[in-house]
Amino acid sequence: MATKAIVGEKVGMTQIWDDQNRAIPVTVLRVTPVRVVQVKTPEREGYSALQVTWGYRRRSSLNKPLLGHYEAAGVDPGRRLVELRLDDISEYQVGQQLGADIWSPGERVDAIAVSRGKGFAGGMKRHNFKGQGASHGNHKHHRAPGSVGACATPARVFKGTRMAGRMGGRRVTALNLQVVSADPDRELILLKGAVPGPRGGMVVIRDSVKVPVKTNGARP
Amino acid sequence: MHPTDVIDQDSLRSDIPGFRPGDTVRVHVRVVEGTRERVQVFQGVVIRRQGSGVRETFTVRKVSFGVGVERTFPVHSPTVARIEVVSQGDVRRAKLYYLRDRYGKAAKIKERRTARS
Repeated sequence: MATKAIVGEKVGMTQIWDDQNRAIPVTVLRVTPVRVVQVKTPEREGYSALQVTWGYRRRSSLNKPLLGHYEAAGVDPGRRLVELRLDDISEYQVGQQLGADIWSPGERVDAIAVSRGKGFAGGMKRHNFKGQGASHGNHKHHRAPGSVGACATPARVFKGTRMAGRMGGRRVTALNLQVVSADPDRELILLKGAVPGPRGGMVVIRDSVKVPVKTNGARP
Repeated sequence: MHPTDVIDQDSLRSDIPGFRPGDTVRVHVRVVEGTRERVQVFQGVVIRRQGSGVRETFTVRKVSFGVGVERTFPVHSPTVARIEVVSQGDVRRAKLYYLRDRYGKAAKIKERRTARS
């Protein structure tokens, strides 16, 4: 499990120049300070996690149970409550603020977000099927998946056969992204590469759970 | 204004002179050879400017020993030490791909005489 994590908002992608004058594609994430609302411990809740919130929300838009939850913690209500599963929560207290400065350039992180919904998508888009020929007498079957099974044996289509269906709109984790820079003054984090989800979407950033092999297990 | 502009501001350069397709420019490129760095000059005609913001690039074409050579540079790249505008060309289109099919006198571009801001 991760040792530290934070919540951010995807701003968009751009590129910057690195120290060797190469163009690096980066995703810009806005990380406003998150406030710890509840610390979940293995003794009480059975697992260790931080419940945090960020941003602000009118008190009048909350229902009474939620307002009571915020008031018990003494924390201003935020946009949403998010749980961050962490190994060690002993150093965190309710009301504590975490910002972009928990990361430093070069660290490896995972970015978790809900991907863009693609709706009901066909096999070519959803599973990268090849489709069928444009010519050779093909008639109205250019994007069809082709055969989905055999004949009288087994006389059915196997479960799990890849077909058309709902695509996107699910939780996706981009593993092992590099932190290019973390700027607590501007509340921005730059990650190398792409992050799932639309601009304005919520992204959970945690330190990478799968450490790259070449570092011999040592966390960078 | 684009939301990522705050980041792009740091990468944009303000020391790039205004130039456009048809202009002849001298691009001073930083070349790193091992530990040594030197500046190489690439002179030719700008045949296109493409993109916008930090991603904007331009292509310079020259004929070297009878062979056409084109190099594309990002406008805001730190590897470009300096851009000198040698002369301004008078052309009617934004992309001068027709120069590729011409050589010698036919590939000559009329010079723009009027002062431009």
